[in-house]
Amino acid sequence: MSSVRCVDLCKTYRQGDQDIKALDHVSIEIEEGGFVCLSAPSGGGKTTLLNAIGGLDIPDSGEVWIAGQRIDEMSKGELADLRLSSIGFVFQAYNLIPVLTAQENIEFVMQVQGVSAVERRKKSLAILDEVGLKGLENRRPAEMSGGQQQRVAVARAIVSRPALVLADEPTANLDSKTSDELMTLFTELNRHHNTTFVIATHDQRVMGYAKRLIRMLDGRIVGDIEQDAA
Amino acid sequence: MRMLPVLSRLAWRYLWRNHRRTIIMVGAIAVGAWAMIFMTALTRGMVDQMIRDGISVLPGHVQAHNPEFLDDPSVSNRIAMGDEELAGKFDAMDFRAWASRVRVPAVITSERESRGVTLLGVDPEAEEEFSFVSYEDVEGRFLETPDDKGVVIGRKLADKLDTEVGKRIVIMSQDPDNEIADRGFRVVGLFKANMAAFEESYVFVGKKTAQKMLRIGDTTTEIVFVGDDYRNVDPTYQRVSEAVAGKLKVSRWYEVDTYLGTMMKVMDGFVLIWVIVIFLALSFGLVNTLVMAVFERIREIGLMLALGMKPSSILGQIIIESMFLLAIGLGLGDILAFASVKPLESGIDISVVAEGMEMWGASSMLYPKLYWSDMVLANVVVLILGFLASLSPAWRASRYEPVEAITKVG
Repeated sequence: MSSVRCVDLCKTYRQGDQDIKALDHVSIEIEEGGFVCLSAPSGGGKTTLLNAIGGLDIPDSGEVWIAGQRIDEMSKGELADLRLSSIGFVFQAYNLIPVLTAQENIEFVMQVQGVSAVERRKKSLAILDEVGLKGLENRRPAEMSGGQQQRVAVARAIVSRPALVLADEPTANLDSKTSDELMTLFTELNRHHNTTFVIATHDQRVMGYAKRLIRMLDGRIVGDIEQDAA
Repeated sequence: MRMLPVLSRLAWRYLWRNHRRTIIMVGAIAVGAWAMIFMTALTRGMVDQMIRDGISVLPGHVQAHNPEFLDDPSVSNRIAMGDEELAGKFDAMDFRAWASRVRVPAVITSERESRGVTLLGVDPEAEEEFSFVSYEDVEGRFLETPDDKGVVIGRKLADKLDTEVGKRIVIMSQDPDNEIADRGFRVVGLFKANMAAFEESYVFVGKKTAQKMLRIGDTTTEIVFVGDDYRNVDPTYQRVSEAVAGKLKVSRWYEVDTYLGTMMKVMDGFVLIWVIVIFLALSFGLVNTLVMAVFERIREIGLMLALGMKPSSILGQIIIESMFLLAIGLGLGDILAFASVKPLESGIDISVVAEGMEMWGASSMLYPKLYWSDMVLANVVVLILGFLASLSPAWRASRYEPVEAITKVG
């Protein structure tokens, strides 16, 4: 069964006097357990596509299906529920909540989901250990390095085991060693938990980890290849 | 409700993220709350005093009359029961105080001037509890017994009549047969009242002397009852109504003295308006604080929405933040107000401006009065208005599109 299906997506932004086609009749299908990289130069449409898949942005036309549900016609509340239950996000800039500690940031999604405090604590400590941040649970984002913050964001995205993780330039602010560690973590989660990953990137090293590489240019898909992951 | 703990935690943490701004806003709310409550306590104290003085002048808390008396206040419309019968009925009822009196319109004449006045035939002992005249402050002396042959008039009236203690005046009214009833009295005392109008309008003579002059036996025209609290006169009203069983018209003080009744209502309205005016000044700061607090975390709001938090939860978070801000400010303001009013409850001497105050019935001592109901009103009004004021920034925050909010340059 496909985890993600996009049919003929179009999205146009107005910038000054110009219409920018961010998505130009894009159709893709990603199977459950897929590990896909969307690659494009800046302004190529990868983030717009990622946002459309995550229900953060509504396309002008076309259909978006996640796990068999059409989401482009959902209300804001339904989309929020879907994101909460089924999708994990990792954004380019670390995007942690600055007033919460690492552990509280990780627990945030579970708390909104209504998971009990005991279970939240157990899961958050376990995932902190898994991403190599044991002992940093009480640090606030400002007290952590960029790499540590990104790992907290990843931990938050995967702690409730969503079926789909969407990551937008997750390694953009990381050094190569931390990038490799992060991608190794993604790969393991993909293998062990069959989590579907869709990663927007223009980092060649990240693309090397993907099983499938979709190239975009000016809002169109210009290449879609299966490859041996690193 | 499930979201309340996480929303409260976020609201609290965000509140103290910019602690300098929060402290300034909390200070402004505290000073505003203090000003609301302190000024209300001062005004309440002043109006309470005026009403208490006013009630004690004549109305008491509850009055009983012949049903025709209020429309035609003459001795023809007197109470059909004599003094003994009244005493038998009311002495055992354990009112804080009660008294029957003769009250009729009359003309007072000195050798130089005449004036229309209200003649009060009183039992000085029975009325001492609630009389507006302080017997000790009377120039000369006050009446001593119900059959005292002297008259006590106000200082202002004495000026108008060009008379003084020791001189004689004549009081003239009508008896039940509409014949002239008059008598000469020697002025034995000049009283001072808070309101100039009282000093000019009321003339005190002994009750029995008045009854004799008006040829009404031992009957009177007015019975006055005083209960425990002028704000809650209904228990006294009920008891008197049951005792007179429809034979007399029973009235509450604010029905008899509509000026005082209106004053109390105006005071209640004033308190509310005062609270709202102060709040309006505060609300600009509050809304500005919340707008800034929202503006500086648009990305974080977008992030929360992207992670699955519903717009209603964002709305709730901002409102809770506003409520925290108000609650802390109000709490401090309440403590400040309590601490500043309580030591002053024994009285503030405002004799410097007493002349002006007495013109409209206030005494030269001001006794601030802190009512819990006023504190609760101030707090509740501020919380409700604060809630309404915070809706706009909260609504704006909840309307952000996650994708647009996340990409805002913060």
